[in-house]
Amino acid sequence: MLYILKKIKFKDILDIEEMKIPKGKITCIVGESGSGKTTLLRMLNDLTSSDSGEILYDGKPIKNMDSVSLRRNAVMLPQTPAIFSGTVRENLLIGLKFSQKPMVSDEELLKAMELVKLTKSLEDDADLLSGGEKQRLAIARVMVMDPEVLLLDEPSSALDEETERIVINSIVEYTRKNKKTMVMVTHSKKIALEFADEIIEIKKKNLTIPERSLK
Amino acid sequence: MNGVIDLQLWQMAASYIFIAILLLIVKARGISREKEIIISSVRMTLQLIITGYVLIFLFDNANPYLTLLVIAVMEAFAINNVYKRTKMDLGKRLKKIIAFSMLSGTLLSLVYFLLIVVRINPWYDPRYFIPIAGMLVGNSMTGISLGVTKLVENMYTQRHIVESALMLGASPKAAAKEIVDGAFDSAILPTINSMVGMGIVFLPGMMTGQILSGTSPVTAIEYQIAIMLGILGSVALTVILFVQMGYKTFFNERDQLIVTSPLKKNGS
Ligand SMILES: Nc1ncnc2c1ncn2[C@@H]1O[C@H](COP(=O)(O)OP(=O)(O)OP(=O)(O)O)[C@@H](O)[C@H]1O
Ligand SMILES: [Mg+2]
Repeated sequence: MLYILKKIKFKDILDIEEMKIPKGKITCIVGESGSGKTTLLRMLNDLTSSDSGEILYDGKPIKNMDSVSLRRNAVMLPQTPAIFSGTVRENLLIGLKFSQKPMVSDEELLKAMELVKLTKSLEDDADLLSGGEKQRLAIARVMVMDPEVLLLDEPSSALDEETERIVINSIVEYTRKNKKTMVMVTHSKKIALEFADEIIEIKKKNLTIPERSLK
Repeated sequence: MNGVIDLQLWQMAASYIFIAILLLIVKARGISREKEIIISSVRMTLQLIITGYVLIFLFDNANPYLTLLVIAVMEAFAINNVYKRTKMDLGKRLKKIIAFSMLSGTLLSLVYFLLIVVRINPWYDPRYFIPIAGMLVGNSMTGISLGVTKLVENMYTQRHIVESALMLGASPKAAAKEIVDGAFDSAILPTINSMVGMGIVFLPGMMTGQILSGTSPVTAIEYQIAIMLGILGSVALTVILFVQMGYKTFFNERDQLIVTSPLKKNGS
């Protein structure tokens, strides 16, 4: 198991008795909007700490690990893609710069762009890309970093159905071929059913009382 | 050399004619600013008269403790002014860092400037110590206020970018670098810009004052150049200390970004 979560509580949003995320597999996290999927992913990236409970990464409690090195192993793609000012090339390389990994050749960058079907020049101003192109640029940036674990928060939310399938298919293929671990939040049950080895559903913490009073 | 023209009381009073004209104008145009104009003229007059007497007293009673007391009051006033001017919820940790940066930045520059550049003797000579301290502290205060505002604002508005950098494995330092550099830059820019126009667009207040009071322009200019560089040094040192320590207050011990909206404080 790569991640083991025990008795995790976060405000009145998450209450997880136990959750396991396997190593070398594709795990999809589904659940309705506002149920806490992003919050859960942020905890796996140590960007948010739970109020109580424990998260083990590779058998070690993450609270004893250095968070920056954890994030270099388990890189997270935020729900809204972040584009840094500069060219497409600079945006692809910035993850390597932040995580202090050696730079790679343009050839490698083009390969990552090909993986997400992004047909743009490396010299283009990244800020001028379309919403879906920005999202794919952000995915490609994570691929360039080649991390052990990919934590992807709705990586295809801005893509049309066809592009979505192509892009998810190629990153899943890449993950399997290189024996990486992927944890992907998705709003699409179809995608989850088709690509996931494991599906975890997050239920919105029951607001039964107000719901009943509505009727 | 001509003697300095000492202004007589009636000559001083005559200069208030400008205020009278201004009052007539705003009255005629129906701009309701009379109260502010009168209050600020009165305040300026009283404050300067009091300062004048305080300075006479200090100069006549040169004493290291008095000089130190004056600089302590100046620093306290300036630090408090930074808190008020930024109009934001700063938090305890950030306030402490502001105070620390102001004190160490201005005092280090002041000691260097007075004891190594100008070499005043005795070291507490109030005639040099007090006006020069005033200029360094005042300019550093303006600079750090700008730096604080920029840092706090941008840490909030750019929080998604900062977090995205963290998600990609950046250290807090690397994730905040652009914001820290931007805050430093905007804090020292006014000082740098004022150097460019100096002597052409305007004659700096200190130099004007010295020339009017009979000092040769060459001496006045020497002082002005030295003091400008001293001010730049003091502003830069204060601000760099602040931004280098200040950005860390936006991260916790797990290197997570902790920002809340800085605009909670409304009014005063
Ligand atoms: N730090 C926080 N403090 C308090 N509440 C929070 C915090 N972070 C998130 N929330 C709340 O927790 C709930 C779940 O948020 P989260 O972003 O995890 O949902 P989500 O499942 O990703 O939703 P979506 O599918 O719309 O992206 C939301 O109601 C949100 O407002
Ligand atoms: Mg979400």
